[in-house]
Amino acid sequence: MQLVLEKRAERSRTIALVSPLIAIGLTLVTMSVLFAVLGKNPLTALGVYFIAPLTDGYSLQEIAVKATPLVMIAIGLSLCYLANAWNIGAEGQFLIGAVAGSWIAVKTQGTEAGHWVLPAMLVAGAAAGALYALIPALCRVKFGASEILTSLMLVYVADLLLDYLVRGPWRDPAGFNFPTTAEFDPVATVPVLIEGGRLHLGSLIALIVVAGAFVLLDRTIKGFEIRVVGVAPRAARFGGFNANQLVLLTFAVSGALAGLSGIIEVAGPVGHLQPGISPGYGFTAIIVAFLGRLNPIGILIAGLFLALTFIGGEQAQITMKIPLDVTKVFQGILLFYVLACDSLILYRFKLIFTSRQVQSGAG
Amino acid sequence: MVLVEAIILSVLAASTPLLLAATGELVTERAGVLNLGVEGMMIVGAACGFGGAWLSGSIIVGALCGIVAGMLMSLIFAFMTLGLAVNQVATGLALTILGIGLSGLIGARFVGERITTAPKLSIPGLSDIPLVGRILFGEDAFVYLSVALIVAVWWFLYRTRAGLVLRACGDNHVSAHALGYPVLRIRMLAVLFGGACAGLAGAYLPLAYTPFFIPGMTAGRGWIALALVVFASWRPGRLVIGAYLFGAVTILQLHAQGAGVGIPSQFMSALPYLATVIVLVLLSRARTGGSTAPAALGTVFVPDR
Repeated sequence: MQLVLEKRAERSRTIALVSPLIAIGLTLVTMSVLFAVLGKNPLTALGVYFIAPLTDGYSLQEIAVKATPLVMIAIGLSLCYLANAWNIGAEGQFLIGAVAGSWIAVKTQGTEAGHWVLPAMLVAGAAAGALYALIPALCRVKFGASEILTSLMLVYVADLLLDYLVRGPWRDPAGFNFPTTAEFDPVATVPVLIEGGRLHLGSLIALIVVAGAFVLLDRTIKGFEIRVVGVAPRAARFGGFNANQLVLLTFAVSGALAGLSGIIEVAGPVGHLQPGISPGYGFTAIIVAFLGRLNPIGILIAGLFLALTFIGGEQAQITMKIPLDVTKVFQGILLFYVLACDSLILYRFKLIFTSRQVQSGAG
Repeated sequence: MVLVEAIILSVLAASTPLLLAATGELVTERAGVLNLGVEGMMIVGAACGFGGAWLSGSIIVGALCGIVAGMLMSLIFAFMTLGLAVNQVATGLALTILGIGLSGLIGARFVGERITTAPKLSIPGLSDIPLVGRILFGEDAFVYLSVALIVAVWWFLYRTRAGLVLRACGDNHVSAHALGYPVLRIRMLAVLFGGACAGLAGAYLPLAYTPFFIPGMTAGRGWIALALVVFASWRPGRLVIGAYLFGAVTILQLHAQGAGVGIPSQFMSALPYLATVIVLVLLSRARTGGSTAPAALGTVFVPDR
């Protein structure tokens, strides 16, 4: 028996639409098996993971809170991936954005600083993220160094820098030696949308980012250039598009979005700078970008779905003692299925039961 | 002198997982496949390797478990990228994400347990020679294995017909296919070899480097191994130099931290990662005359029938 791929005459539009759904379906089946192996009732576990969080207001808000960084980072990453630039260091850009914004919050702490603090923090976070992302982009454009490896290495560097700051110079003197800064002042905090709730202004910013990306990709020349450079680099060269410039641009934009979401996370739901502010948002956002088919609207939906798995995973750990790592396994498997199903857009899968001799020089 | 000897011994130990993982990836990439999932295969290898050794009480069983785990992980990758023609970069990332989750799941019950690490070789007489004795004849078996493996890979790639065919697949899969070579099958074997090496490299960490397993203990070594392959311009000889250089950077920063140099430990810990970035930039820059990477590296191949 042999699996053979047959190129389709043109991209299948139907499959492009349903492939994420097939992928999610297959993932759920696989997860049921995994739950059974772990000795848990699969139906109950899936219920806790995917249904229960949707049934109460607190969890719904929490999903939106978790989806906010995922969507913002994934939008930026999708621009990179469309332009065939592989930024996988969004986690580092997220952390650097958080650090840069927190710097303003820490320095103005306890002073009479007014309402300019939060906007300044957001700008600083975005700028720092963009600059940090430009390092691997410049290394690729100027020296031809693989942006995949350099952007990833910088994640570890950012993580260590944050660790140093909150254990050293920025540590809260009244914090019982915990590695954290003091709680940010009210002027340095992202306001919540509903009094007493968790939903914050960042979620609105994420929606604006989605709309902006949609307009950019669908209605502007720049968006067209990004897509052409990725799909047909030769055609793009003939069209006079500057591929290097687009690498720098998409990296800068995605870094800025990651940095912005980093400072929003710190100044919003977390409230202070500490290690472990991200449960791997920068990496999960890669899955969000692909699950959303690198399309802004798709990413919004995919981001909400993956946020659901974070909340469901926490719930399952508390109520069913299912290890938190199951969520990561789930996310990895989901990405595999998404990629495999995407292959169906370009190819037909055929199983051939008699082994056939491959003819040499066939063409 | 004792300190120098101790430093060299620990450099060799720190370099071995890098060398093992990079050797596997070198063969994989020489066949034209870019498997970015080294980190994922390593961490699963570490969890399974420790589990196997702890349950059986045997280091060898542990190492075999690590190898098999790495191969199973790479099999997923091979099925996706070779069987279904999926983008190799994205699949490699998925493999790493999955691996980190799986290793946490598998390793959870072993956290906090300890084993006796692989014994150091001891040949009466030889191992007692001052200075070089312990360095040359007093290592654990993995160190020798990693060196033997890279020599074998060099011999295979440059001195055998099969190695030539493998390199042909990596440089021009269309021509190799036209000559009648089973490109996909060769690539699958190369990917499996890479998985076995990465699994063994991961298993080395809890079996010989430290006597316990902690989640995330590979700490980016898989990614550094990937960078090493680029550093080595895809050549086995340079790979050895690169691996030991990086091992040295890792150990020297540890010693500097221990000696209480006035630099915060986090900055020292960041050194290996920063060194990777700088080395990648310098090397890519020196190589403006043309890339030495296998020409078909990372490209999808779907044979026409």
